[in-house]
Amino acid sequence: MSMARETLPRLSGWGRYPVIRAPLFHPETEYMAAELVKEGRSLIARGNARSYGDCAAAPGGALSLLKFNHLIAFDTETGILTAQAGVLLNDVLSAFVPRGFFVPVVPGTRFVTLGGMIAADVHGKNHMKAGSFGAHVVWLDLLCADGKVRRCSPAEHGELFAATIGGMGLTGLILHCAIRLNRVETAYVRQRRVVTADLNALIDAFEDSHEASYRVAWLDCLSRGEGLGRALLDLSEHAEPDDLPQSIRMCPFRTPARRTLSMPIDLPVSAVNGLTVRTFNELYFAIGARKAQTSLLPYQSAFFPLDEILNWNRIYGRGGFAQYQCVLPLAGARSGLHALLRAISRAGMGSFLSVLKRFGEGRGGLSFPREGYTLAIDFAWSDRASRLLDELDAITIEHGGHVYLAKDARAPRAAFERMQKGLGDFRALRAETGSAERFQSFQSKRLGL
Amino acid sequence: MTMQPRQGRRALLIGATSDISRRLAHLLAADGIGLILAARDCARLAPDKADLELRYRVGVELLEIDLLDPAGTRAALLALDPVPEIAVSLVGEMGNQASQQDDPALAARAIAANFTGPALALETLAGRALDANVPAVLVGVSSVAGDRGRARNYYYGAAKAGFTAFLSGLRQRLAATPITVITVKPGFVATRMTQGMDLPAPLLDSAETCARLIKRAIDHKRLIAYPWKWRLLMLAVRAMPEGVFRKLKF
Repeated sequence: MSMARETLPRLSGWGRYPVIRAPLFHPETEYMAAELVKEGRSLIARGNARSYGDCAAAPGGALSLLKFNHLIAFDTETGILTAQAGVLLNDVLSAFVPRGFFVPVVPGTRFVTLGGMIAADVHGKNHMKAGSFGAHVVWLDLLCADGKVRRCSPAEHGELFAATIGGMGLTGLILHCAIRLNRVETAYVRQRRVVTADLNALIDAFEDSHEASYRVAWLDCLSRGEGLGRALLDLSEHAEPDDLPQSIRMCPFRTPARRTLSMPIDLPVSAVNGLTVRTFNELYFAIGARKAQTSLLPYQSAFFPLDEILNWNRIYGRGGFAQYQCVLPLAGARSGLHALLRAISRAGMGSFLSVLKRFGEGRGGLSFPREGYTLAIDFAWSDRASRLLDELDAITIEHGGHVYLAKDARAPRAAFERMQKGLGDFRALRAETGSAERFQSFQSKRLGL
Repeated sequence: MTMQPRQGRRALLIGATSDISRRLAHLLAADGIGLILAARDCARLAPDKADLELRYRVGVELLEIDLLDPAGTRAALLALDPVPEIAVSLVGEMGNQASQQDDPALAARAIAANFTGPALALETLAGRALDANVPAVLVGVSSVAGDRGRARNYYYGAAKAGFTAFLSGLRQRLAATPITVITVKPGFVATRMTQGMDLPAPLLDSAETCARLIKRAIDHKRLIAYPWKWRLLMLAVRAMPEGVFRKLKF
């Protein structure tokens, strides 16, 4: 199968930077997927393309898993769901929340595939309590470089299992997985909002709220001086029936019909600039700080607020954007976060909302989370932004942190090698299993994974 | 997990391995409608059955039928008990125009797969619904290709034109009965059938869009379901004088 370059699809991630012309295959069956792998080209799995950069496209071709979207089995007793890797998180939630089950770890969008959630080892706002998604994977079936499918779990092919969680699809193609769902009593979330004046107060508030299940802070990255890092910290729990008003207590799993807006076009230039961001943030904080201290939200609004505007990435215009997400180990977090925010504020760049979360213990390997704080900020892509991100890399390295591969679109290899731990072991496993040749993405080539 | 299929309406989807049918199955099941998925090779649908049952907690049955075998199809449809309240024929086969010109067997196959096969199946189902006095909704997925024959696919187009005329006649015959007959005329849909064809992107609908069109037509008993842009386009195409149309290359 050869394709002329000009007929190749233009592939990009959620950040719409970079856009690369590269082959994209849509196998109908697992047999066809295995045949593609055996053909000898170097491939990478592509799910719903919600990672931000260049990790789901490859010079040899991306292999779309969107047709592998079947649920296979569900055990009500254990809560274990077996499914093909191309099933969307949204489909799992739509099917099982009404039956009183929830996915123990969910990222900021529900339009990700289960395979993608494993490959990026996604985390939620409850990392401290629940760990990352990988902690809830019972087993997975991996189509390996030799064309064989291996069932991997902590007990079986344990090393391969561990490397695949957070392995960015570079150990093989995840075909099926079994994940454990949790019981919930309602489809609602009880949220308490705390306003903090600056970054120190925010970190103190995080350290004082370990009892809360879900914790996330929205911070103003453009505030300066005294107000540097002012934030709204949301602490949430799955609601119990008693938390619900009488009117919905009878149907605790039914949430109101969603009204979604859609961004219909690409703006010619980014609508995100110093002026709009400053205005938005002022309003958001003025309103947010006045809003009720506690609220009750359908799970969709609580966990996936940005999903309510489809294609919101288009407001950054044709040039796209990059999200910088790094984690700083606990010891250096306070000073590191101050340094990052000062650099961003000084540059006058940054997105409407930046997100800060507290991580508990990590899994190691390429899996992103480790104990500390993680900051995520969007930047409209430009040369200036690119230079700022290099500056942020240096601060991250200085404080012993590293960046999130699912968000990364640009990290230079030298900087990446200085920050990422466990790289040697991962490369060795890739060489040993033959996956280094068979599974490659533009990102893996850029970073030498 | 034990399934408790809800008692209630059932829909028969003929040609259930097609991309449009797969999407339509989700839309129907989401409304609690049980499914009978019929196809030539229905073993391929076993994963779909498990998936649909898990997601929507409806009963899903598989039925092996081949519309190229009218007698076998008729027997299988007569054996269905009870008569499904909704039946949709999504069967279609483009074939290769040049081969159809050269080989009468392939030309006959195009007519059987796109016209006589689906028509006879819906005729059988109409008869059963009439006998059982079931207010059934019968849907035939035809094509805009049947609106005017083109050099590129006139066996396919002629068969679809025949099918469209059949549906119109059946609808008129059953006008005084509780049975509704719906004609669906999709334009270009991105499916396995059109994969690799060079089609204009603005006119190319997704299988999901097409399935939604069919679902809306069933819900509202809309007799003709036709995407609006195609309705306009085909109005112009049909109005064109033959002398002009003959010289066009599209």
